[in-house]
This record gives sequence, C-alpha cells and structure tokens, in this order.
Amino acid sequence: MAARLVALLLFLIVGAAAARAETVVAGLSQEAISITTNFDGSEILIYGAVRREAPAPGTLPMQVVITVQGPNRPATVRRKDRRFGIWVNTDASEIDAAPTFYAVQTTVPLFDALTHTEDLRHRISIPMAIRAIGTGLLDQDSFTEALIRIHLADEAYQLNEGAVRFREEVLFDTSVRLPANLTEGDYVARIFLTRGGEVVDIFEQALPVRKVGLERLIYSLAHDRPLVYGILSLIIAIGAGWLASAAFRYVRG
Amino acid sequence: MQIYLPIAEVSVNAFLILGLGGLVGVLSGMFGVGGGFLITPLLFFVGIPPAVAVATSTNQIVASSFSALLAHLKRKTVDIKMGVVLLVGGVIGAAAGVQVFAALTRLGQVDLLVQLCYVVFLGTIGAMMLFESLRALWRVRAGGPMPPRKHRTWIHALPFKMRFRTSGLYISVIPPVLVGLFVGVLAAIMGVGGGFIMVPAMIYLLGMPTKVVIGTSLFQIIFVTGFATLMHAITTYSVDMVLAVLLLLGGVVGAQIGTQIGLKMKAEQLRILLAVLVLAVCGKLALDLLLMPSEIYSLADRRGV
Repeated sequence: MAARLVALLLFLIVGAAAARAETVVAGLSQEAISITTNFDGSEILIYGAVRREAPAPGTLPMQVVITVQGPNRPATVRRKDRRFGIWVNTDASEIDAAPTFYAVQTTVPLFDALTHTEDLRHRISIPMAIRAIGTGLLDQDSFTEALIRIHLADEAYQLNEGAVRFREEVLFDTSVRLPANLTEGDYVARIFLTRGGEVVDIFEQALPVRKVGLERLIYSLAHDRPLVYGILSLIIAIGAGWLASAAFRYVRG
Repeated sequence: MQIYLPIAEVSVNAFLILGLGGLVGVLSGMFGVGGGFLITPLLFFVGIPPAVAVATSTNQIVASSFSALLAHLKRKTVDIKMGVVLLVGGVIGAAAGVQVFAALTRLGQVDLLVQLCYVVFLGTIGAMMLFESLRALWRVRAGGPMPPRKHRTWIHALPFKMRFRTSGLYISVIPPVLVGLFVGVLAAIMGVGGGFIMVPAMIYLLGMPTKVVIGTSLFQIIFVTGFATLMHAITTYSVDMVLAVLLLLGGVVGAQIGTQIGLKMKAEQLRILLAVLVLAVCGKLALDLLLMPSEIYSLADRRGV
C-alpha cells in the first residue's frame, strides 16, 4: 500500500515536472508607452525563449500565441434601419466590457495552435475578449460581431496569424503595432506556449500606457477644473485670434 | 507632422487641420458665417469623435469670428445695439438647446437630429437665398429697377419698439430676440455659430442693410458660441484646446483674406456663392440619410454622442 502511494506520488511529481518542463522567458522592448504630443502610434517588440529542463517531449510541434490587450470599457453598438425613407438608429446593444485594443499574434493559424477548450479557459481569441451579457435582443451576436468588424477595420483589433517568428522551438519574437488613437490605461501582454493545442506555459507582463507632459496637463485640467479649462480655451482662442489679426495688419502695413 | 490630440485621443496631421481651419476662415470672412456648418462635418471626416468635433468647433468659431469682427468694428459695420438684443435671445436659446441635446443623447438619436437639422435648415435657407439672389441679379442684368422693399409689414405692428441707428431701423425688439433665441437653440444642437440662419433672417425678416448684417451676426456669434464652449467644457469635457488652436491658426489668416475678398465682391454674387455652398453641404448630408450605409452598425462614442 505504502509502495503504491510512493509510486503514485512519484508519478505525480514526474508528471508535474514534465508539464512544467518547458517554460517561457520573455521581454518587451518597452516597459511603458508614453503618449506625447507627437505620438503617432508605436511598435512594440515582444521576444523570448523556451527554457527546457529536458529534451522536447513528444512529436507535436510547439506553438506560440501572443496577445496584447488594452483596458476594458463598456460599449454601445447601434444598428440603423430604414424608417420613412431615411436610415435611423433603431436598435442598440450594450456590451458590458470590450477591450479598447486587442491584438493576437501567432506562429500558425490560431486554432491550429490552440484548442477551443483552451481558448475558453484563457480567453485568447478576439470574440473571447469581449464580454456581452444578453440584453434581451434576439440577435445579440450580430452586435458583438459588428463591434469586432468595426474594430478590425480601424486596427484596434488585430489577428496576425503567422506574425510570430519561432526559431528551432527555442527563440521567438514578434512586433505589435499600436495605433495612434490609443486609449490610456493598463495594457497587458500575454504569451502562451502550446503543444498539441494545450497551453504548456503562460507569461504575463503589464504595459502601462500614459499621457505625459503637455498631453497630461491639458487632459487633467479639462477633467479636474472644467470651468477654468473652458475659460482658458476661450482666452487662448481669442488671444491668438487677436494676435494673428494684429500681425496680419502689421504685415499689410 | 502628426500631432496627438489630448482630448480627442487621436493622432492627426497638423497641416491637414491647419488647412481646414484656413479654408473655413476664408469663408467666415467672406460671408460672415462662423463656418461651423462646414468645420463640424469636415472634422468628422478626418476622424475626430463627433462630441469633440462639435464642442471644439464652437471654440474655433469664437476665435475666427473675433478677428473678422475686429475688421468689421474698425470699419464701423457692426450694429452693437442690435447685436446685444440678438444675444439676449441667443444665450437663452443655447441653454435650452443643450438640454435638448443631452436628452436626445440618452436616446441615441442625437446624430439623426443633427443631420436632419442640417438638411432642413441648410436646404431651406440655401434654396431661398439662391432663388432671391438669382432673381435680383437677373433684374440688374435686364436693366430694370430694383423693386422697392416693403416698408410696412406685420413686424412693424409689434410693441416694444427700439431705434437702431446703425441699421437705420425703428422696430420692435420681439423679432430680433426671437431670431436670437432660435439661432441659440440651433447653435447648441448643431455645434454651429448660426450665421447661415441669422444673416438671411436679418436681411429678409428684420430688413437690416447688408453691410451691417455680417458684422452684427459675428458679434452675436462670438458670445453665443463662447457660452456654448463653456457649457460643453463643463458637461462633456470634450473641448480639445490643441485642436482648437490648430484650427484657429489657419482660421485667423483665412478670415482676413476672406474679409478682403468679400469687400471686393458684389453682395448679390456673395449671396449666390454662399447659397451654392450651403446647398452642397445639405446635399451631401441628405444623401447620407437616404442611401443605405455600408455599415449599418455603429459604435457610440464613449462620451455619449
């Protein structure tokens, strides 16, 4: 009995060690992203390696799936329909939380690298990143699909299959393009190692995106002291208008 | 040169915005309209969120109108007394308009309201002006005398009369207050100065001479849009100072050029040009309502518009 217990324990330890035999070590080219006045989007490089305690097990190839996710925000999707000859918003659906930015980069087509079960567990694919609880509308799905379609078009959502380079099942790297209309917040980069569609290891790193300098100053003033900001906007506008007008008269003699 | 706008939270080409401001500035100086009816839709096209476009264009109108107003004040073509009467109505109207705007935002119908307002008012005013101006121009060409304007209408029968020396009028204050009120409501809802309504109303309804109409409407526009800018800054935090400064840098130069062009042109020609421009914007917006959009779904801006 004791011998069988020891054998079981041994099996479990070995098994656990086997599951943890491959781990991911990774880094990001930037610790944080600063939105400055001349911010025009950003390219972030994500690179890393697979650390192995033992030779690579099995014959199934290893794959890498990388996601970068922006802060979650509620969203309202509206649908137009023809009423009295013109196109009018008739239906609306509230989506509880949708990331403001979401990119998925993979070595191979997403569902070759990942089973649907693992996708459900770790919420990796784009539709999984969006949380929409039923709002009574029969076709809630078409609103969620529309949100994804619109965001794919403006590159706020990206699915780049094959964008991760993976050398000798050891070194990998990819670059993620962050668009210019980036929302402030705490972004997260996640790296999944998979083998046979099962997630072997996960690495997570935060990527704060912040406005800095003049951007920060103006944004804070507008939200903390709106009346002062409004008056200041008017004074700056009128002052600049008057100055330019005076300058123009001076130039004309 | 790309610039990241702190409130709109988008990156835009600075020269594109300067150019937009300049173009609208020229029109503002030529016609005495704030140009908001052009700048707001143009900002939508370059990807500025609607709420920011509306709020910031009111701020820009203050500046571009200010330099044009200075030019008019110097030439003494502003009826300040009439301007103040219009302004009283304007501020009340703008305050009411903001409430209507907020209520419709909650219902998700504010886009429709704005578009319908544009189509209805621009269409009516544009067609009226074009028709009137063409008829007047045709009479001048034919060598016939201008028909005398009717001197006594129902407007002259109203009480509370006041003398407006600069305009050479002795009329009741009720019509100008109502005109100001109406324009104030539209200013808040459409994010415009309202010059395109006020200019024809002053000419055809109040019978003011064309020369003082432009300066006086600029006077009223500055205060009403200034008031609207403050309301937007407080309620929706959507006034983008950087965007406004870019627009006005182009705008003030444009306005000076526009004022010079306006002085060299005949009033009738000016009115035909403005009418054509107004009808073009109206036509574009009407098509957007009538044709099936390529994407029938849209995302609401998280500011609520």
